[in-house]
Amino acid sequence: MTSSTSSSPAGSPPRLRFATVWLAGCSGCHMSFLDLDEWLFELAKHVDVVFSPVASDVKEFPEGVDVCLVEGAVANADNLELALQLRERSRLVVSFGDCAVTANVPGLRNLWAHVDGGSRQSVLDRGYLELADTGAQHPHAPGIVPELLERVLPLHEVIPVDLYLPGCPPPAERIRDAIEPLLRGETPAMEGTAMLKFG
Amino acid sequence: MSVHTLTVDGVEVAVPAGASLLDAVRAAGADLPTLCHLDGLTPVGACRLCLVELEGSGRLQPACATAAAEGMAVLTQTPQLQEWRRMAVELFFAEGNHVCAFCVANGNCELQDVAVAVGMDHSRFPYQYPNRRVDASHPQFAIDHHRCILCTRCVRVCDEIEGAHVWDVANRGAECSIIAGLDQPWGEVAACTSCGKCVDVCPTGAIFRKDDTTAEKEAHRERPQLLRAARDQHQWLNQ
Repeated sequence: MTSSTSSSPAGSPPRLRFATVWLAGCSGCHMSFLDLDEWLFELAKHVDVVFSPVASDVKEFPEGVDVCLVEGAVANADNLELALQLRERSRLVVSFGDCAVTANVPGLRNLWAHVDGGSRQSVLDRGYLELADTGAQHPHAPGIVPELLERVLPLHEVIPVDLYLPGCPPPAERIRDAIEPLLRGETPAMEGTAMLKFG
Repeated sequence: MSVHTLTVDGVEVAVPAGASLLDAVRAAGADLPTLCHLDGLTPVGACRLCLVELEGSGRLQPACATAAAEGMAVLTQTPQLQEWRRMAVELFFAEGNHVCAFCVANGNCELQDVAVAVGMDHSRFPYQYPNRRVDASHPQFAIDHHRCILCTRCVRVCDEIEGAHVWDVANRGAECSIIAGLDQPWGEVAACTSCGKCVDVCPTGAIFRKDDTTAEKEAHRERPQLLRAARDQHQWLNQ
């Protein structure tokens, strides 16, 4: 483990710098992660959580991350910027859940790519104009509300991914069985229904 | 009854004349992923998942639609075959709009199962998001073409078992699709007996009962085989 900086008791492996990221997803994968319950205490013995929407208040993705779980597809400019940044700063990137692996539900607006204006305009029109009860208008706050990308992408179409952890969400046991070998510097065997099933 | 003797991954098997390579593979205790094949229906070799290599020839053959012959040496699990099978499954996912998370067949889908079987953890091919239709004009059933893999099981079961031939295949390439009647709304095709056999055999969530929602589809893919045995051999379930 090259980039670990925290001290650890003599004889035990160095603590990993661990991050989780939430892009275009429903946070269900993070909820499933929290379903690990008491195993989270076990995990805490081995990692320092240096960035996570559910376990830290750090706003800037830090340097020297060992393992980064990424939930969600890449759907807007902020997602894209963070994806590129986390790849630059992480040793091992995990596509965490079906949205990261396939674009899944956020990617459904890609079905409107062929209509006039494309998927981006279609989803904004539907959400802010057609379904509005009153005051129909498009949101406009440059620099505050991130611009949608025209096509929603799975993570590996934007950055190289080291491990795929499918599931909607991946069950807690699957998350544990994927992470546990990483703590020992090993690669998990992603095979069989317990580890691979989509949906 | 004449018998053919052949080897499957080095294991010697004897199968009756007329048996397919898939029968021989199964007789040898091996297994192959299949999607278009269904016991009881005529094989078509459409999905290419059961491709095997005939030693010496270098050619690949769909096991379901190739007759077993004396002296054949069949390889089912070479690294190349495994790689091509996985590629074929990735292409199925990329070609249609398969979103397991909210599919009626989630947990009871053969495409979902073969993805696990071939070790697909993601698709190297970008998803195409084709523009397809949903036909919910039938009072009991619906067909969602986004989830169709063109295996033609529905076409064959309706023609061969039910004898109604409601379904057929229209167009080619990316435009290829299953059609009802003369490309009519399903609910307007008078030939449909509403027997539900197409629902039973569909490997995915493409054809389903309207009252089933996410992950509620129960398929009965063994039924063509049971009906075939009843008609041809007069073997009934209650015997």
